[in-house]
Order: sequence, then C-alpha cells, then structure tokens
Amino acid sequence: MSDPTVIGLWGVPLAILGGAIRVSTPFIFVSLGETITERSGRINLGLEGTLVFGAMIGYAVAVMTGSPWVGLGAAALAGIGFGLFHGWICKFPKVNDIAIGIALMQFGTGLAFFFGKPFIQPVAPHLPSIPFGFWSSIPQLQAALDVNVLFIIGILLAVVLYWAFKNTRVGLIIRVVGDSSDAARAMGLNPNTVRLLATAAGGALAAIGGAYLSLYYPGSWTERISSGQGLMAVALVIFARWNPLGCFLAALLFGGAGALGPALQSVGVTQGYYLFYAAPYVLTLLIMIATSSRTRSLSGAPGELSITK
Amino acid sequence: MTDTTPDALKGLAAATPPSSIFVEQLARRSEAVVIPVAAIIVGLVIFCVFLLSLGKSPLDFLSLMVKGGFGNWFSVQNSLQRASPLLLTALCVALPARLGLVVIGGEGAVVLGGVGAAAVAVPLLGSPYFIVVGAMAIASMVAGGLWIGTVGALRHYRGVNETISSLLMAYIAIALMNHFVEGPLRDPTSLNKPSTLPIGKDYMIGAIPGMEVHWGLAVGVLACILCWVLIEKTTWGFAARISGGNVRAAQIQGLAVGPLIVGFTALAGSFAGLAGMIEVGAVQGNANASLASGYGYTGILVAFLARHNPLAIIPVAFLLGGIAASGGLLQRRMDLPDATVLVLQGILFIVILFSDTLYGRFKLFNPDLWLRNRQ
Repeated sequence: MSDPTVIGLWGVPLAILGGAIRVSTPFIFVSLGETITERSGRINLGLEGTLVFGAMIGYAVAVMTGSPWVGLGAAALAGIGFGLFHGWICKFPKVNDIAIGIALMQFGTGLAFFFGKPFIQPVAPHLPSIPFGFWSSIPQLQAALDVNVLFIIGILLAVVLYWAFKNTRVGLIIRVVGDSSDAARAMGLNPNTVRLLATAAGGALAAIGGAYLSLYYPGSWTERISSGQGLMAVALVIFARWNPLGCFLAALLFGGAGALGPALQSVGVTQGYYLFYAAPYVLTLLIMIATSSRTRSLSGAPGELSITK
Repeated sequence: MTDTTPDALKGLAAATPPSSIFVEQLARRSEAVVIPVAAIIVGLVIFCVFLLSLGKSPLDFLSLMVKGGFGNWFSVQNSLQRASPLLLTALCVALPARLGLVVIGGEGAVVLGGVGAAAVAVPLLGSPYFIVVGAMAIASMVAGGLWIGTVGALRHYRGVNETISSLLMAYIAIALMNHFVEGPLRDPTSLNKPSTLPIGKDYMIGAIPGMEVHWGLAVGVLACILCWVLIEKTTWGFAARISGGNVRAAQIQGLAVGPLIVGFTALAGSFAGLAGMIEVGAVQGNANASLASGYGYTGILVAFLARHNPLAIIPVAFLLGGIAASGGLLQRRMDLPDATVLVLQGILFIVILFSDTLYGRFKLFNPDLWLRNRQ
C-alpha cells in the first residue's frame, strides 16, 4: 500500500479485505478453540493469557530454532498446558470457571512478559503466505490476496469441526457433556475428563492464534501484541451460537472491523482514527446486546454453560 | 438422625458451657481469615519455587519484598500511595460481586474518570480550589458511574454477560481516552506524551499532613468503610445480598432487583472513576495514557483476595501496594524483569480462587461437627 493515490478510494475496501483476512485469523483459531471448550460446558476466559503466552513462546522458539513451524508447535504445546491446568482446577467443587479464567489471563500475560523480555529485539522467521493475487498487476490487490497459510488451515478446521460435532462419536460426547452432566454420567462418561480434554484442545488453538500474531501479523513479539482477541473471541462464540462455521464468518466480520482503522489511515484519514480502533469492540458489544435476551436462554447454548445460565 | 430434638438440645446444652460459645464463634469466624492467609502463604511458596527453578534466591526475594514494601516508614508510605487507587478499583469489583456479578472492566471507568476530571477542570481554572476539585470529583464519578452502570443495566435488562461487556467497554474507554487526549483535549505543547492541559500546581491534591501520601488514601479508606456500612448495615445492602444469593427469591420478595443492580454497578463505577480523578489530581497533573496502567486489573485481584468484603480490601490493597512498591527493588537488585510482580499476582490469584474449594471442608472451623462427635 505504498501509493494509495493510484487507485484512490478503492484502496479502502481492498485494504479492508486484506486486513480482514490478516486480522481475522487469530479470531478464527481462538473462537474455534473456545467453541470446543464451551460445547463441553466450560468457559475459559483465560484464553487471552494463553494467546499472549503462545505469541511469546512461538516467537521465542522460532528465534531459537529458525523455524516458525517449530515455534507454532511449541505454542500449541504451551496452550495445551494452560488448558489442562484450567480444566484440572475447575473440576474442584465451588471453583468458579470464569474467575479462574480471569486469573489465568493475568498469570499467562505476566508469565509471557516475564520470559519474553529477551525476545523483543531478535527477529524470528515468519510463517509463509500464498500469493493468490499473482495474476493482477495492482500492488494493492496483490497485497490483499496474499493469504497466510494459517487462514486456510483455519477454514478447513472450521469445516472439519462443524462436521465432527454433528457426525462423530467424539463430537457427540462433547455435546452430551456440555448439555447435561447427568446424561453424560448415565452414559458412563466422566464429564470432568471430557471437559479437561476439551479445554486443552481449546488452549492449543488459542495459543496457535497467538503465535500467528507474533509470527505473521503484526509479526513481532511485543508486550502490546494482543488487543483483547482472546476475550473478544468468547463474545464471538456466543454470537456464532457455538457453530464453528458461524465462528469463521464472525471472525471475518471482526477482522474487517479491526482493519477499518488502519485502512482509513493508509488513505490519509487521520482525524479521529483512534475511534475506529474501537470499532471491533463496539461491534462485539452491539452484537451481544442485539443477540442476548433477558428472558430467553440463547438458542444453541450448551445447557451446562455457566455464562448463559 | 432419629433422635428426638428436645433430647438432642439438652445434650447440646450440657456439652457447651458458656465459655465455649466464644470458641465456637471464633472457630466459625476464623475460617474466612485463616484460609485466605494460608492461600497467600502457599502462593508465596509456589512463587519461591518458581524463583528457585530460575536459579534466583527466594530469601533475597522475601527480604527485598519486606524491605521495599513494608520495611521502613518511607516504604510503607510508598505502599500506601500505591494502595490508594486499588482501594477504589477493588470496590468496583466487590460491590457488583455482592449482587453476583463479575465486573472486571474497572480500568475503563478509571480512564474515563481521569479524562472527565481533566476535561472539567481546565475551563474552571481560576475558580476557588474546592470548586475545581469538587467538579473534578463529580465529573469523574459521573463518568465512571455511567460506564459501569451501563454494564449493570445491560446485564439486567438485556441479559448481556457483564464480565465480557465490562471488558469490551474497558477497551472502548481506552480508545476514547486516546481519542480525547490526542485530539480535542490535547495540550499542543505535549509532544512526546500526548496529554490534556495541566490542571496546575495550585489545584493538585496535596499530601495528608504528616505523611507524603496524598489524600486519595483517605478517600479510598473512607469509601471502603462506607461500602461496608452500605452492604452490612443498610436495607439496600441486605436486599443486594439477597439478590446476589438468589435473584428469583429476591424478586418473589418484591425487591426491585433491576434498580439495585444498576445502582450498585453505577456506585462501583463511580468509585473507579474517582480513582482516575485522584490519579489526575494527585499524581499526573493531567490526563494521559498513563491512566491505563492496570489499577483496574489489580483491583480485581484485591477484591477477590478480600472475598469482596470492603473492610478486608483495606489490608489486602496495602499488601498488594507493597508488592508493587518492591517491584523496582526486585528489578534492580535481583535482575528480574518488571513482569515479576505480574507473575506473583497471577499465582496469588489462582491460589486464592482454588482455596474457594476448601471452605466447609475443615472440621476445625465447624463446631457442629465437634459437638456431634462429643455426644
């Protein structure tokens, strides 16, 4: 987007399209992860901390090994660790999963800053992207269609999860546990074990979303890497009604809203652009207000979920 | 189970001479003190193991923490200074918590309170001191109260989850602050650090006589005491506690749950807003991005450690203020990053939440169990 004057204001939708793809990718992963966790009847607000820690460990390992994929794997492992911890601690009676999530958010963020200090300077190799815009000679279009690999993996994952929840035994087990602990126990399932594993899977995906932030876009590790993606994803899952395909679409919408500020800035709109940075949060809030109801419980909500009870 | 009640009561009365009633009371009450204190100690032990695994000395850490936070009058004052905004932001979590709401977006109210105070102060400069400071306080409380009150209203009238909405609104508040501080309210001479116009030395909030701590501390302590009275000694507080326990039961009793929720969340937000005003009036001298330095988030931890009891907030805020105060010393002497304090806070937070599972599990705190054994 070096010279936006060539195509004038057409640069804005193009920048938003490209930005939506770039910005939405972490949302896709975190929201899919949170969907798995919430479908099993738990809510993990700590994904924000997992995401920041994943960003740090992914970047650090990529710096040390020279491979972004190894970094991504390390982030996923760390995410599993955080998820297992949340899942384990929440099985004790009277322990509140939302409050534990808030604590893990602070703990994960603190731990990431603690170990991340030495990695602010070094440069890590980035994750690859696929230039779908090769046929065009317009640099803006090329930039917009330069799609990162994780975005494509994210689409596939959303489709696979959608199918798996409906058609596989594992999907059924997660749904049963999420809808009724008693029914699950009657089937001989241990709800705590299923939730433990579901939270671990959710943590892994959230950490991958974080690693994307540090290894692709914005592509460096700083202490301001997250702008609340882990939390917004929780709201996004509610908006998407716990449907993986809905999560993907909602993530794209959020990505577009998040890209609004930078896109306007790139064509020279500087007045009040801080307000545009609030767009994703305002959008999330408006969607939550529009879709919530005082009297009805949300359609499609897992019955055991504390946030909708 | 089958014994007839009068006999059981007789036996009970025989087994409990009057002096042991005091012991029973003590045992029941001490649970709420012993478990959190034990949890804090366990948290510190876990943090020491963490330091050991990094090859740092836990003894150095403990002695530096005591020295930097509580060792002498100077460090105690430093801790008190850092505790004063936490008193107010913790109330922003504790008050809604008594109604069963988890509001974690106090940071937004702090930030808007600060901006509101600065915005009101600038055109009033030149007026008498108490008019300016009073207007700042009112503006900050209105801004914070509207912000968190909205969270409560959305929760009650639209069913929007308050945890998420309050956090989203904190992000929106920070964006609004950046907009005002870098746009309409910006002091053109503030180049590196965009700020509003300074309120000037004459209108700053001074120190409490005999101390170097500003009056914000007194305001915070007073607010905690007032909130304790409100919750424990008034009918509103009683109604709030009933709705916190069971909303349906409260509604059947004819309590106006909606106004209670909106009123309590608005009051909570106004305290956090006041913290922002004190930050502007006593520390910064203008509103700038330093307002969003995490007081709202540390306040969450303070409130949970205090188990949402406003009086308990006072010592807990002092403890966490002390930990924060010793952060600089830890950084310099032990070569630890500044996030060390965050890690310790995170560990304490997790341990204290985990300790919730322990209530009612110990025989020691439950005299009914001793008595049954004695019979």
